[in-house]
Amino acid sequence: MSETLLEVKDLTIEIATRRGPATVVDGIDLHVGKGETLGIVGESGCGKSLTMLSLLKLLPNKIRVAGGSAMFGGRDLLTLNNKELRAIRGGRIGFVFQDPMTSLNPVMRIGDQLAEPLIHHRAMSKAAARQRAGELLKLVGIPGAEQRLDAYPHELSGGMRQRVMIAIGLACDPDLLIADEPTTALDVTIQAQIVDLVKGLRQRLGMSVVWITHDLALIAGLADRICVLYAGTVVEDAPVDQLFAEPAHPYTRGLLASIPRMGAPDSARLSSIGGTPPEPGRRPAGCPFAPRCPLAEDVCRTTVPALAPLRGEATPHRVACHVANRVMEAA
Amino acid sequence: MSPALLRIENLKKHFPVRLGAFGEKAATVYALDDASFDILEGETLSLVGESGCGKSTTGFAILNLHRPTAGRVIYKGENIAVFDEARMRPIRRDLQIVFQDPYSTLNPRMTIGEAVGEPILFHKLCSKAELPGRIERLLADVGLPGRFAQRYPHELSGGQRQRVALARALACEPKFIVCDEAISALDVSIQAQIINLLLDLQEKYGLTYLFIAHDLAVVRHISDRVGVMYLGRLAELGTREQVFADPLHPYTKALMSAVPEADPAGERTRQRQILEGDVPSPLDPPSGCRFHTRCPIAMEKCRSSVPEWRDTGAGHFVACHAVP
Repeated sequence: MSETLLEVKDLTIEIATRRGPATVVDGIDLHVGKGETLGIVGESGCGKSLTMLSLLKLLPNKIRVAGGSAMFGGRDLLTLNNKELRAIRGGRIGFVFQDPMTSLNPVMRIGDQLAEPLIHHRAMSKAAARQRAGELLKLVGIPGAEQRLDAYPHELSGGMRQRVMIAIGLACDPDLLIADEPTTALDVTIQAQIVDLVKGLRQRLGMSVVWITHDLALIAGLADRICVLYAGTVVEDAPVDQLFAEPAHPYTRGLLASIPRMGAPDSARLSSIGGTPPEPGRRPAGCPFAPRCPLAEDVCRTTVPALAPLRGEATPHRVACHVANRVMEAA
Repeated sequence: MSPALLRIENLKKHFPVRLGAFGEKAATVYALDDASFDILEGETLSLVGESGCGKSTTGFAILNLHRPTAGRVIYKGENIAVFDEARMRPIRRDLQIVFQDPYSTLNPRMTIGEAVGEPILFHKLCSKAELPGRIERLLADVGLPGRFAQRYPHELSGGQRQRVALARALACEPKFIVCDEAISALDVSIQAQIINLLLDLQEKYGLTYLFIAHDLAVVRHISDRVGVMYLGRLAELGTREQVFADPLHPYTKALMSAVPEADPAGERTRQRQILEGDVPSPLDPPSGCRFHTRCPIAMEKCRSSVPEWRDTGAGHFVACHAVP
């Protein structure tokens, strides 16, 4: 396996509610290798965005890290002060958010927004930063890049704005690019353009990427490895081919089965997962998926399963399920 | 083939807008132009296309929620596109709609029972005494327990609210429901539940759906026929097999090619046709064929003349100069 760039251990995040703190991320372990693309998949509220935001102290009010560590370049990100973090945010770790309309400054020309991290992190002169900003726009495939430097965000289309966001994320040649549902607000033909762009850049620049999404089909062609999150825990972590060929967790299997497939023969009904995910603060004892799980046994309702290698082998395929091993052997 | 429930002829919807900082410039958004198609009894007809292509406008214009600028919508022998609100009212019983966002479409101060009962009382479909039983049956139809009638929308999850929106649409025993991105805001596992419910209800009540969506995998799963729209015009319409297996219009081909598939090995080797550029503004749509600015096979003719909407055989309609 390649060298590890980021290693998150036992990360726990709490949200303050009137009834006291509720756990929204419950002991997440994950790692990203150098040059690797990790897909983080899960439904709304599973904690996929909070996990990544917490690394750079970008959590909203009332939500805080309650425990864990996040080693990046030999230092624990969660212990850094604001000044130390500023050197990493936008410098060694770039971030691309879902909605480019609200993450870009509407009253600042995009050239200036692109130049900002370059002046701050790379101590470039204004003129040099502007030139580099033009190159970055060209890199992300914006036609007439130099002329666009003086445009305001509202003068660009959604796809163009997302390209600008990516260019800002890439400005300082980060070691890691975190992309939080960067194509969810975009149309499918524009999504294809952006995915193509990130694939190409990743290869050219050799950076690691964490791509957060709810879309398993989208991540299939993009990630090297996938972490599936459910109710604030990692339920399965596997190389992409293994995850799709041999999904082990009942939740992953349910998710994959509920995607209508273009090539599949027509069947009248989709298989679906009954019920809804638990709310934070009302997490069941034991496995969080047990109340919706078709295979749940007594042990699932009392004991939280640990994330362990499948079939007890030395394999990168890890799953947090009491019954997965037995079910996989029977299959 | 089933008879047509609704016949749409040259339907147009243009919105006048005012531009500039002080609204000093008048302009027109060409949201929908010259759409002609039939909606057959008992079928699911889907309209697909990217944001701003006019698919939702089409649904609204058919229901006369946006008064069409021109064209006809024939229902039971009458052109309902010219009906005023009073004449539309009895027809609204037959023609219903479910919207995308189940959070903003339910009145937060009304209980679920009140919300579902409102259309029944409005159309005087039963007595006050029968109402609770009727509400319970409707909730059961959409898979919700009867006790939900006493709850408020904020107590429900997104999937449950969308079930309530469906129950409300079903309340006055409609023939036709426009599902305007009705499942787009839901998570994958919940989305599958609602799709299955839509199919069950269609079977049970012989409903006709106009399904407006941008998720092609879902559309392929539930549709009998599919219409593809681009920038306010229909590009192609045909049976699901015709449109998915044998697309004629270059835009349909590009759209199909952009859809990701849950197959890692296939995705790595797949040759995608990636469209360049963005969708032009509907304020100033391109001349001739509106797709010509992004079309990989555009010819001189495409820039000047609007391609005719025609049947290439077996009910497979297309508007493209390059299709023989």
